[in-house]
Amino acid sequence: MFALDKKDARLLLMVAVLTMLAPFILNPFPAGSEMAQFNAGYPDLMQRFVIFGIFAIGFNILFGLTGYLSFGHAAFLGVGSYSAVWMFKLLSMNVLPAIALSVVVAGLFSVVIGFISLRRSGIYFSILTLAFAQMSFALAYSVLTPITGGETGLQLALDDPRILDVAASATGNIPVPGLFGLEMRASTNLELGPWVFTFNVGYYFSALIMLAAFYLAIRIFRSPFGMMLRAIKSNQQRLNYTGLNARPYTLAAFVISGMYAGLAGGLMAAMDPLAGAERMFWTASGEVVLMTILGGAGTLIGPVLGAGFIKYMENIISKINESILHQWFYWLPDGLEDFVVAMIYPFIGKGWHLTLGLLFMAVVIFLPGGLVEGGQRIGRMFGRKKSEEKDKPSGKTTPAE
Amino acid sequence: MEAIILQILNGLDKGSAYALIALGLTLIFGTLGVVNFAHGALFMMGAFCAVTLSRILTLSHTVIDPTQTDFLGNPLKVQVPYIHDIFGQATGDAIIDWAVPLSILFAIPIMIGIGVIMERGLIRHFYKRPHADQILVTFGLAIVLQEVIKYFYGANPIPTPSPEAFRGSFDFGAALGFDPNVIIYPYWRLVYFGFAALVIGAVFAFLQFTTFGMVVRAGMADRETVGLLGINIDKRFTIMFGIAAAVAGLAGVMYTPINSPNYHMGMDFLVLSFVVVVVGGMGSLPGAVLAGFLLGILESLASMSVVIDFIPGINQVIIYLVAIVILLTRPRGLMGRKGVMED
Amino acid sequence: MSKTDVTRRGLLRTGAVAGAGLMVPTYLRAGGHEGFTNAPTGSTVTLGFNVPQSGPYADEGADELRAYELAVEHLNGGGDGGMLSTFSSKALQGNGILGKKVEYVTGDTQTKSDAARASAKSMIEKDGAVMITGGSSSGVAVAVQALCQEAGVIFMAGLTHSNDTTGKDKRANGFRHFFNSYMSGAALAPVLANAYGTDRKAYHLTADYNWGYTTEEAVKSSTEAMGWETVNAVKTPLTQTDFSSYIAPVLQSGADVLVLNHYGGNMVNSLTNAVQFGLRDKMVNGKQFEIVVPLYSRLMAKGAGANVKGIFGSTNWHWSLQDEGSKAFVRSFGTKYGFPPSQAAHTCYVQALLYADAVERAGSFNPCAVVEALEGFEFDGMGNGPTLYRAEDHQCFKDVLVVKGKENPTSEFDLLEIVEVTPVDQVTYAPDHPQFAGGALGTCNPGA
Repeated sequence: MFALDKKDARLLLMVAVLTMLAPFILNPFPAGSEMAQFNAGYPDLMQRFVIFGIFAIGFNILFGLTGYLSFGHAAFLGVGSYSAVWMFKLLSMNVLPAIALSVVVAGLFSVVIGFISLRRSGIYFSILTLAFAQMSFALAYSVLTPITGGETGLQLALDDPRILDVAASATGNIPVPGLFGLEMRASTNLELGPWVFTFNVGYYFSALIMLAAFYLAIRIFRSPFGMMLRAIKSNQQRLNYTGLNARPYTLAAFVISGMYAGLAGGLMAAMDPLAGAERMFWTASGEVVLMTILGGAGTLIGPVLGAGFIKYMENIISKINESILHQWFYWLPDGLEDFVVAMIYPFIGKGWHLTLGLLFMAVVIFLPGGLVEGGQRIGRMFGRKKSEEKDKPSGKTTPAE
Repeated sequence: MEAIILQILNGLDKGSAYALIALGLTLIFGTLGVVNFAHGALFMMGAFCAVTLSRILTLSHTVIDPTQTDFLGNPLKVQVPYIHDIFGQATGDAIIDWAVPLSILFAIPIMIGIGVIMERGLIRHFYKRPHADQILVTFGLAIVLQEVIKYFYGANPIPTPSPEAFRGSFDFGAALGFDPNVIIYPYWRLVYFGFAALVIGAVFAFLQFTTFGMVVRAGMADRETVGLLGINIDKRFTIMFGIAAAVAGLAGVMYTPINSPNYHMGMDFLVLSFVVVVVGGMGSLPGAVLAGFLLGILESLASMSVVIDFIPGINQVIIYLVAIVILLTRPRGLMGRKGVMED
Repeated sequence: MSKTDVTRRGLLRTGAVAGAGLMVPTYLRAGGHEGFTNAPTGSTVTLGFNVPQSGPYADEGADELRAYELAVEHLNGGGDGGMLSTFSSKALQGNGILGKKVEYVTGDTQTKSDAARASAKSMIEKDGAVMITGGSSSGVAVAVQALCQEAGVIFMAGLTHSNDTTGKDKRANGFRHFFNSYMSGAALAPVLANAYGTDRKAYHLTADYNWGYTTEEAVKSSTEAMGWETVNAVKTPLTQTDFSSYIAPVLQSGADVLVLNHYGGNMVNSLTNAVQFGLRDKMVNGKQFEIVVPLYSRLMAKGAGANVKGIFGSTNWHWSLQDEGSKAFVRSFGTKYGFPPSQAAHTCYVQALLYADAVERAGSFNPCAVVEALEGFEFDGMGNGPTLYRAEDHQCFKDVLVVKGKENPTSEFDLLEIVEVTPVDQVTYAPDHPQFAGGALGTCNPGA
């Protein structure tokens, strides 16, 4: 299927099924039940899952294959978002031109940064990319305020030109991004007994793009180009001795992953038309590094898992507050209830960072290959035969370096 | 002219903070080959050693003062530190006043302890792991340390003033024959500069002139051979980690009067300290110190309003710009060695 | 959510008839037939409290959350009722809002606009919140306000001081009770002229982002109107922690007043550094050198310790105010938590009550009805004297406090003393004032 071998096709199919059924899978608990707090199947978070998935898949093409650790990828996400919002402001609310522009601009930006940064390798390369991203952030937040909106971010306004579109909707509001009239925020609810499932246009739009991006990533991983990138990772010197110049290949990988980041940025703006400078801060670059390593660098599905994991923590755990805890444990005797709540309280709500930090450590200590390895181990528990099958669809686990 | 002298002074002071942090980071990079993202957190832990000691010194019991009222109209509860009961009010206040310098004694054993525990309990298992794993685990550790501090001390900055004797500033201008009030510099910042110079000197002397230091330097150059010679290099590396943690911690302790410490101050310094280390060159201790001072001075000069008027926003990016220029002209930073962390 | 879950359960009841398999097209999960987003249908209504719980403003966020919890308690008839008894509008009965019990969900803005919007969206999409409130910076307020406009819910801003929130970035669904940069400048200038004379030379250090710009402009124009001269204004990076290289040249410039247009951590550090340089002990142009901090926050001032002593600034509210409303609020907050509330807590508490009251008076949760009820609403008894929610820009107009760091604090909360309560007339401006130019409210959006 799609010129993929059987295992890759199965992986793609699996991801396709998972993303298409995500509204069901992510809402396993009936609405209104005690556990509904853990449901993640609402449009905004589902969109974030796939968008950050795209970002991480792209990052992994550079890092997982070539081993070049960029610490400034958020800059491409940021310029992607800004370009998309400018497109909404100047041209039309249709998402296609906006996303196209964000990919192009991020691509150009990454050609420049990549060309300079790739003159160095190892940690020197990481610091160069970090320096460029930090400069972009600092300037976007301050002196470039007329272009970027600075602190308050770049927003749509009622008096934007929007040459091909209306400046204001019929109700006097700013129009919302859409695809030829199909609004990205439109949702449909399906109610099955106590369960509520939400199907959102923006989510499915992003999910389809993610599937395309994922498919492209598989093709890159399996192509001669991908082999070349792996060769660079395993021993660049030897490659140089064979008379091959590695830089065009690494630059190509850098630009491709920059364009993935731009695509993610454009999609973020399409789902929610606002672009802020914080998207380019070093912590944002660090986040995608963590997503990739956490999920399993160099594997196909790992970065997507890592992205989902971190975004889930950020959006679900941070929303649990003390009164919710008391509701969960109300059935315990009073003293015990307070004790249990007091024990859990530091790890939820405002303490979600603590939980995240502990989980980072736990994953890297116990699952050196990231979450993918966790999946493989679970697979292995179901017997040897199955484990072999499970191993392969997760991509070839090359050690992260 | 005066303005430039003043900014160079500033730069030396800023630079000494950068150099101290970068020095510790390079010790860990260079000796152990570990990318330690928790180094900023160690700096922060040092600062909170000072906060903790001043909290301990001001541990109080409450006395109800019926002559005053609190915001709800109840009689005011006045806090009286135990230390007043032990040493009397005057001596007690003097001890509290000197809490920050006293914290140095308090912080050294604690920070070495934290460093050794960190190395033995966690970092040791990551020597052979890829750098990416080291980043993830130390970043996780940094978050955990930070959140623990936040849990106990809150998110707001906590004022920790320097001793009364070091408040105010010294008038260099008057001393050098310029107009008074033109080149003034706070006493505590001068103390910080002197302290940093002392610590840096001590670390260099230790590595240069002791047998222990010689073995560690040999280990940095070629770990395997040193091991083959029958020297227990692991133990020495553990101690080096402890020392690196103590250097970062001391930088933090002495920094508290300059800026009130808060739980995320380590993260604020983390990126900067990596830039400093890399600009200095991987694995080079003198490089780290040199880069620290260089970037400190350039940052100060770039913040002069004539410069900002000339190139808007330059003060925002100067450090990164300098880093890019240096890394492009000198492939391994200022004094980097070949082959360290290049793959 | 759990046994008292509101939102989804409410939704479910409406849709129960729909039964399995029936698809109901909706936008942002509106209770379709009500005609607006997240119309509450059960016996409860959900509000979304979106405050910084991590990052540098976490303590401020925690105080906001305490205030919201107190407000919910009072709205539901618990506690001593707080400001309900002093509030000039008597629509609230202590039986929830429109008879529906008030429930709430909380989220973490992280003081980042992206995270704040994600958190607000999850409250709207997942929890069915009908109003979002909170926040501790203008960037977040503007971002969430725009989101709420789009989604069709009401946004009651928390602590946000930039002119832009009700200036160029104003939105019909957003309301701000907190004061702004312009008001700070207008209130401070006469007091400063009074205390320091009218022939001062000021040097500004300004945080290099929108809020800094508007504050610098406001303070500059109002002090210059009093006869002051602005010697220089230097922008400092947001991420700066050591301000020494910005402060060192101040004395050389011949300035005799330093204005620190900084907030939060920046303010604590720049003020600490300035005092460290001994600026306040110097005589320049034959006058004592002075420092001014246009926007004070008591929580943050605590971080600067003794350095705030004698330094002028402005604040929205302070717990030592002696009017009935403030006293009632301080009493219930202090009794519940053991320490006095901050200005962030006050503005958040008031905003929650104002929203509830507007719904009650409008008789509907429909955002457009609420907007109508709040626009031009005049009230009193909420701590700042007679106040107007102006219809043109959804900004509250009320007295502004000029405060000074206290010389002899009696407790760790007693850091500021009120120097003057600047009457509202002096801080009122025309809706089309140049500092607020650009942008338009648009029309209210009920969503759905």
